[in-house]
Amino acid sequence: MTKLLSINEFDKISKKITERQDFNKHIISISSGTCGHASGSIKVAEALKQAVKGYEDKISIKLTGCHGYCAAEPNIIIFPQKVFYKNLKPEDAPNIIQSILKGEIIENLVIKENGINYTHIDEIPFYKYQKNILIGDNPLIDPKNIEDYIAIGGYKAFSKALCMRPNEIIEEIKKSGLRGRGGAGFSTGIKWEVASKQKSDTKYIICNADEGDPGAYMDRNLLEGNPQLIIEGMIIGAYAIGANKGWIYVRDEYPLAVKNITINIKQAREMGFLGKNILGSSFDFDIQITRGAGAFVCGEETALIQSIEGKIGDPRQRPPYPAQMGLFGKPTNINNVETWANIPKIIDKGADWYANIGTKTSKGTKIFSLVGKVKNTGLVEVPMGITIKDIVYNIGGGSPTDRKIKAIQTGGPSGGCIPEDLFNLPIDYESLKQAGSIMGSGGMIVLDEDTCMVDFARYFTNFLQNESCGKCSSCREGIQRMFEILTDITEGKANDTSIELLEELGSVIKDTSLCALGQTAPNSVLTSIRYFRNEYIAHIKDKKCFAGVCRALIRYKIDKEICTGCGVCKINCPEGAIVGELKQPHLILQDKCIKCGICHDNCNFNAINLDV
Amino acid sequence: MTIDETFIDKTIEKNNRSLISILQDIQESYNYLPEESLIKVAEKMQIPLIDVYSVVTFYHSFCLIPKGEYIITVCLGTACYIRGGKKIVDLLTKELEIIPGETTKDNKFTLETVNCLGCCAIGPIVKINNEYHGEMTPNKTKKLIKSLKREKND
Repeated sequence: MTKLLSINEFDKISKKITERQDFNKHIISISSGTCGHASGSIKVAEALKQAVKGYEDKISIKLTGCHGYCAAEPNIIIFPQKVFYKNLKPEDAPNIIQSILKGEIIENLVIKENGINYTHIDEIPFYKYQKNILIGDNPLIDPKNIEDYIAIGGYKAFSKALCMRPNEIIEEIKKSGLRGRGGAGFSTGIKWEVASKQKSDTKYIICNADEGDPGAYMDRNLLEGNPQLIIEGMIIGAYAIGANKGWIYVRDEYPLAVKNITINIKQAREMGFLGKNILGSSFDFDIQITRGAGAFVCGEETALIQSIEGKIGDPRQRPPYPAQMGLFGKPTNINNVETWANIPKIIDKGADWYANIGTKTSKGTKIFSLVGKVKNTGLVEVPMGITIKDIVYNIGGGSPTDRKIKAIQTGGPSGGCIPEDLFNLPIDYESLKQAGSIMGSGGMIVLDEDTCMVDFARYFTNFLQNESCGKCSSCREGIQRMFEILTDITEGKANDTSIELLEELGSVIKDTSLCALGQTAPNSVLTSIRYFRNEYIAHIKDKKCFAGVCRALIRYKIDKEICTGCGVCKINCPEGAIVGELKQPHLILQDKCIKCGICHDNCNFNAINLDV
Repeated sequence: MTIDETFIDKTIEKNNRSLISILQDIQESYNYLPEESLIKVAEKMQIPLIDVYSVVTFYHSFCLIPKGEYIITVCLGTACYIRGGKKIVDLLTKELEIIPGETTKDNKFTLETVNCLGCCAIGPIVKINNEYHGEMTPNKTKKLIKSLKREKND
């Protein structure tokens, strides 16, 4: 790779790379993020590479980041026709290659919904209602090759920014209406402005890639699939703010993201986008990676800074804000991965274009991880203002079983649940807050009748009591007490005052905690009480868990009429709690049963059922 | 245990004296953090041992006891949890006779849970060393463990 010494040289190389592309050639783009790997994409890729031998002049194969449609993994998109094939196996490979050569479609590999076959990506319901500004480039990019990024217009925004004054860039970001995608939703432009106005010869920027919300993985997707987009965003930000050094603080649980971002920083350095006198200007900037070590609280900006400094992630009082006094005591601007990813797009296409997408107060798109009890799980990027209903039913395809969807949960442990009767709510920062939840980083967990809301609130409370750093007693002790009360409820040991006690504790923890972890910790409990109080009452008064989750309140029963006495349940029961002679109806010994449900899962005759 | 001092020196230098990264590299090399390595790091970086120890015990990914040959990590992120991740932990606790955070007596299996691996769409996820297994059930996990145990005996 040659180091580029001027904008002129960049323009030339960008043109050369773009022109070099052979648009007559078919490209098989294999979704190969971490979820792809877990589903077998590597084996499919190997088989395709074998099958393509001899036809390399007509078809090329590209291993890319995730295409978003995780329920269809391993999947491929065939360009230029944009044919989408789902849930592939290595043995499909020869047929795929032959069908491309013959110009045919393999009908049993395309998406089918409600009896209709969808061949092309633009018509598939999962993609049709999305607006893919950020993740849409993934299928076109080999994330180990910077040239692929340049081929689709990468670094044009930076070369444009380099011809602008720093304050002009900040004005443009302010005008776009971009708000932080990490959770709080603060104006990115204003944040930059504060940092840029600090009088200091050393300033830093940080990319917060400590995606700690369980159930959210859009940052992983961007870091794995299009790392140069983040790097370009950071370079533009550093130039605008006047920073010369940047950090990417990334979760250690994302090894592929760490690998890809490391490769891409090296390539950006080799091409002269990072380093001294970038593209011949007087601007110096470089990026270093710090891996997180598994602490949820480090997603909070002051804790994250402590962690980069090699200390425990202990949040501190603000002000002073990191923009005034941050990493190593210097002015520091921190933005989330998705926020940084928006920057090159805004500079390239203009603030007006961006501000046209979304609602009055929330601009642009937002990526959600649509997971849980929904058919089309995956990452969806939608314009702000779209309704929850559109996401869950039109994109997500509704429930995968006959169980009814009853709520979604957004915002991770800091967020809350939103019941089905509010699914007409438009997605934006304000309306989610009004409903008692938050946008958060974009986790959207779909819950159905098999999810117990009390157990679910208990899950988050358990998570947070483990993750509280312990600095504030209200957070440290309060969350623990909430967890104990919730445990009592799920075990049928609670009394009439439990709900009121939870509400009172929740409001005290919210009011008296220093950082956002404590301030938002009671949200999941409080919203579940607000919308699903009847479930709490059923647990407390009737000792019933209708979802069949809380073990103390349920029991498994064998239907004597259906049981054939095959003995499969008896063999698989880890407790020896099932008795019965062969070919005679079996019986569960309730005092021995631990309610693990293994017998239910193994019964071939649906003879074992929950008695709630 | 004797610790390779040049390795510690190199690790400190390579990571620009960044404590967390240094400890991560040491753990990668030894598969846990031996007590002696922490003493050496504190000495060489001229920081109190208590500060090193507090960092090690604050962050979940650090481990002060050796891990087993197979590190089984069950994801208990929200999506994995509601799809039955907890049932898998219960099964493994039963099968391996250890609780999360422990290692079997023969040093073959370590059971761990993690807050989220970011593969939420295909949960529950079970990771064995660096290999991810999606859409797991207690049944599938049982088979997987059986095959690993068999491998162990061969």
